[in-house]
Amino acid sequence: MPRRDWLGLSSLATMASALLFGLIGLLRLPKAAVLPSPSKKFRVELPQALAQGEAFVPPGRSVAIFRDAEGVYAISTVCTHLGCIVKPTAEGFECPCHGSRFHGDGTVARGPAPRPLPWLRVSVSGSNVLVDEAAVVPQGTKVS
Amino acid sequence: MPQTQQTPDALKEFAANLKHAPRRILETAFRTGPPVTDRARSSFVFGNVFLHIHAVRTHRWSLRWTTTLGLGVATAAAFLITLVTGVMLMFYYKPYPDVAYQSIKDIHFVVPTGRLIRNLHRWAANVMVIAVILHMARAFYTAAYRRPREFNWLVGIALLVVTLGLSFTGYLLPWDQLAYWAITIGANIAQSPREVTDALGITEYFDPGGLQKLLLLGSDDVGAEALIRFYLLHVMLLPLLLAALMAVHFWRIRKDGGLVKPADADAWLAARREQETYPVFTEAPVKTYHLAAIVRGRTPLVGKGPENTVPSMPHLFYAELGVMMLTLLVCLALSIFSDAPLKELANPSLPENPAKAPWYFLGVQELVSYSAFMGGIGIPVIVLLGLGLIPYLDRETEGTGEWFGGPGGWRLVRASLAPGLCVPILIEAFAIRFGWLREWFPDIPQLVVTAVNPATLITLLYAAWSVWCVKRFQSARAGALALFTCFLCGFVVLTTIGVWFRGPNWVFYWSPSDWPKH
Repeated sequence: MPRRDWLGLSSLATMASALLFGLIGLLRLPKAAVLPSPSKKFRVELPQALAQGEAFVPPGRSVAIFRDAEGVYAISTVCTHLGCIVKPTAEGFECPCHGSRFHGDGTVARGPAPRPLPWLRVSVSGSNVLVDEAAVVPQGTKVS
Repeated sequence: MPQTQQTPDALKEFAANLKHAPRRILETAFRTGPPVTDRARSSFVFGNVFLHIHAVRTHRWSLRWTTTLGLGVATAAAFLITLVTGVMLMFYYKPYPDVAYQSIKDIHFVVPTGRLIRNLHRWAANVMVIAVILHMARAFYTAAYRRPREFNWLVGIALLVVTLGLSFTGYLLPWDQLAYWAITIGANIAQSPREVTDALGITEYFDPGGLQKLLLLGSDDVGAEALIRFYLLHVMLLPLLLAALMAVHFWRIRKDGGLVKPADADAWLAARREQETYPVFTEAPVKTYHLAAIVRGRTPLVGKGPENTVPSMPHLFYAELGVMMLTLLVCLALSIFSDAPLKELANPSLPENPAKAPWYFLGVQELVSYSAFMGGIGIPVIVLLGLGLIPYLDRETEGTGEWFGGPGGWRLVRASLAPGLCVPILIEAFAIRFGWLREWFPDIPQLVVTAVNPATLITLLYAAWSVWCVKRFQSARAGALALFTCFLCGFVVLTTIGVWFRGPNWVFYWSPSDWPKH
């Protein structure tokens, strides 16, 4: 093989592999191995006067906690459409951004939301409730 | 002694050189002298790194007001204004949640001239979006995308997308309520392919939506990571990309033979010799222009006098400068009379009601209020693909370089206004009055809700009208004229509804004064 061809081929090959490996590194870079998110678990004390079917939203959290005869349950208030925070109302939940409505159990009543609001895992000790926003439980899971 | 005799001479020469140094510095910087002859004007252009992207001579047709309306130059001027003011804002802006808000407040209320610079940045960005859309419409309606300019049309579409990306990332930086909820909604639109993967039950294995959101936010919620990413995009990655694409765009204009002109432009200009005639080649053409001035085309200007052209300096440059100054004037006037908004500090547990994006995204926001994936990703991608395909489907030559040129012409464009405006107004009115799918069939599968967005119907009806026009006029250009006009109308209608007729909970109101009190 002539020397110039060899030089050309080898420089092209090194460039291609450098670009390839650089690209792989670049693609891996923006996704951190550990996400810098705060803990999704929080503990909160339910108010004594919380009526049946009335939502308790802990300050700074996107969760509505309810208590009825069967026990305590928590429903996420992050709209499944585009992530706005839904407002608990007498009929269920309503989203201020694009008008999605949900029933009291989180199922979609109307609007563009593609999924029901997820129910979150709770554990109860006395009047304290531990909610894990990262753990979704089947709809209707109530803990006493 | 010879040495002693030379000493005073060397000193004298030194003094003379010192005296002439300023003049010589200027002469070596601008080697051509004042641009008073054709030859000096040519070398003024090709001897200057910033100007030589222009040809040394410009066709008279390109200099007519109605050829371009100066829209491309206005877009570039608006970009230059945002570039300069943006760098100034970076002196004080701190991309960290809450601190960012305080720093914008400082820029607005404390920093001398800060408010004007921020207003200019914001208004120039708005002017740039308007100008880039109008510039695209101009290029389309004069059929400027045709051979050999097909690729430059694609570059232009990429520039449109990057411009919108710059606007969007810029809206997020103040970290006010508008910013926070715009990031949230934007990131969730990026996640919306999940609507499809969820419905198919494959999200666990294949989740492009979730990955897109994660890459945008760098975390699972909107916080410091997301802000720094959007900042990086806004001040570094997107401007670099825009500058590179602009360089290609401008360079291609010249390499593709200058601005588009009708085949009979020369005859047309010759018939109307009202402009003062300018003698071409006032001296022997030693080097009037480089070989680089030879462009591809049917009749390269080799061995011919460049008919109907004038020196770019001053004719083109002063026109461009005039448009730039006019753009600056418009931005400055808007900045003096209207302040850029700054809402309350971002509150992650209470969205604004209504949470509205900047005006040019409200058409898309209107569509995502029916289904996120189709309205936010599906239809916009289809529209962009359609725009990109135009020059490869329309291979005709009739009407190139003429306003509304081609079969059908202005009459077809005017006729297309009717379906263009009526279809989205009627479908929106129907959806507002009678609701959409889920209101009638509560148990309808999500995949149907996702796919059948009002925009899907609008697009299909537009496409049907366009196909009918292709058949009626036996011309792809006619179909493109119909479709492009329709989509412009659709954009205007949806944006208008989003801006003026949507209130709290995205409910329809005739006027903001009807909005319920909080």
